[in-house]
Amino acid sequence: MTRRMIFDRRHLLQGAAAGLAASALGARPAAAATVTIGFIYVGPKDDYGYNQAHAEGAAAVKKLRGVTVIEEEKVPETIDVVKTMESMINLEGASLLFPTSFGYFNPFVLQAASKYPQTEFRHCGGLWTDKNPKNAGSYFGYIGSCQYLNGVVAGHMTKTKKLGFVAAKPIPQVLLNINSFLLGARSVDPDITCRVIFTGEWSLAVKEAEAANALLDQGVDVVTCHVDSPKVVVQTAAARGAYVCGYHADQRPLAPERYLTGAEWNWATVYKTYVEKFLAGQPLPNFTRGGLAEGFVKTSPLGAMAPDAARRQFEAKKAEMTKGGYAIVAGPLKDNKGALVVPAGKKYLETAVELESMNYLVEGVIGAIS
Amino acid sequence: MQTTDIGYWSVPLAIVGGAIRVSTPFIFVSLGETITERAGRANIGLEGILIFGAMSAYATAVLSNSPWLGVAAAGVSGIAAGLLHGWICKFPRVNDIAIGIALMLLGTGLAFFFGKAFIQPSAPRLPAISLGFWSDIPQLRAALDVNALFVIGAALAVFLQWAFRNTRAGLILRTVGDSSDAARAMGIDPDRVRLLATAAGGGLAAIGGGYLSLYYPGSWNESISSGQGLMAVALVVFSRWNPLGCFAAALLFGGAGALGPALQSVGVTHGYYLFYAAPYALTLAIMIATSSPGRALAGAPCELSITR
Repeated sequence: MTRRMIFDRRHLLQGAAAGLAASALGARPAAAATVTIGFIYVGPKDDYGYNQAHAEGAAAVKKLRGVTVIEEEKVPETIDVVKTMESMINLEGASLLFPTSFGYFNPFVLQAASKYPQTEFRHCGGLWTDKNPKNAGSYFGYIGSCQYLNGVVAGHMTKTKKLGFVAAKPIPQVLLNINSFLLGARSVDPDITCRVIFTGEWSLAVKEAEAANALLDQGVDVVTCHVDSPKVVVQTAAARGAYVCGYHADQRPLAPERYLTGAEWNWATVYKTYVEKFLAGQPLPNFTRGGLAEGFVKTSPLGAMAPDAARRQFEAKKAEMTKGGYAIVAGPLKDNKGALVVPAGKKYLETAVELESMNYLVEGVIGAIS
Repeated sequence: MQTTDIGYWSVPLAIVGGAIRVSTPFIFVSLGETITERAGRANIGLEGILIFGAMSAYATAVLSNSPWLGVAAAGVSGIAAGLLHGWICKFPRVNDIAIGIALMLLGTGLAFFFGKAFIQPSAPRLPAISLGFWSDIPQLRAALDVNALFVIGAALAVFLQWAFRNTRAGLILRTVGDSSDAARAMGIDPDRVRLLATAAGGGLAAIGGGYLSLYYPGSWNESISSGQGLMAVALVVFSRWNPLGCFAAALLFGGAGALGPALQSVGVTHGYYLFYAAPYALTLAIMIATSSPGRALAGAPCELSITR
């Protein structure tokens, strides 16, 4: 039933649009010359968050010549995404798909890639390896660097030395962000701690608001988050007088007085590179990663409330990271249970693939993975 | 921002604060459903009406810059949806549960469709009444910021409890709910009473939605409700069609929901998925503790399709 609803809805609109175009031009416009590219989002594409960041990238692709972009929002991380991918391939002739949510990758994208070897699949955040189909692949950005910079500013702004982090699920990317945020803050003052609350879901407005309130009740005075739509966390924390650091996209318009800076994606770079290669008939890379240096991620402009010391350290660190090859995770580093996770002298550059299977919270983070 | 370290006291405080913050939509939906079910009809589509109410309240508040106008718009949309349910159910051999499910899907779908343009804009929020002004502790003051709708909901629960027993309208409502034949013998048209009762229930549920989008969490998006309307309908059975019981059950549910985040914030971090199940586990436990084979449906209106 769901499947029929999905493509019925799109087809209804498309049919109406095609009908209008045909009646206006007297003939169906030539479709063969363009390449159809599909974007799939797990939530609404104007959510001030994860999906909006990807949709802004898709909007940049739309401006390229010879490209038709099709999009579908609110596709759950279940068999539904397979139905969406199949309808995009079989009914709309899509030859390159970007399923953007983490949970799509295994098994759905991998299975679809085996079944449709002529179609290219590039997934955001999955860990593609040599054993996976060659027409699949993954891309991601080292946004941990930006969370580190968030932490630097937060470390200068906090008076209580308590930071707060509202997190969705304890997956490696989220853990890396939490750890980076605290390590950034500890580069300013090693006594700072960070309380983390996991809500268990990517988007759960009431629980996110409760989490923000619980953190503030503990005396936390700078909050950031890793949930799909940071809008609720930003608004709730700012309304109670805390400072906030953004995530995914720029949330400054929601709380201009309280928004310090933010870790943002810059997917336009990634998608345009892929699509230009695809149009030129070149093979697409299977494994793409990049950080500040490659322009995959960016920071929101630093707010005027940040003192000069914060601004200097923020700009200096950002310049250092933009050169590439920066290591946030460097030994000696203990986890928050006291075990040594990174021995002295060992460094993980942001490019280190080990970081994508992180399973600990560093010392100073108050919280647990399970 | 001034803070005071209150340590573990923040857990009971979070439960009280959570009860006040989170319970309001539950109060409105369950009171609305109580009115409808007391008239002998179940409208389980209140989840859809809640979401549509949240959307229409937010959209109206964005466009008019007045949150109270938003609440009014939500009420009107809910009444309209309730009237639709009541009107369809008037026809013979129409199942009210099935219509409720249809209404739930319709309300959700329409809200997502019309709400697309309102995910980004910020609406003015409903004002809070500060009941914590006597305290120096900022956490306590924050917990005691009460919204007018919560106060209205509490007053409404008391009023309904009284009105069901002591007013003519309450008597008519209960008569219709317990026996259509007796109502007809008294010269009352049961369909008309149920139509009005469903409309009232829909209106209240939609106002509960307005609270969600305009006060707490105070934002419109497609996952704003996450099943609260459905849970509130279940709370009606849990509180045995008793308005004060609905109020208490809503408080309990809200307070238990705050437990998970509050415990994590003080460092009790293991097994948070278990704490998140607390409201449901608690509801089940009380259901089991208070049930008995002898009076399983005590208080249930006899005309309700689940008891018939």
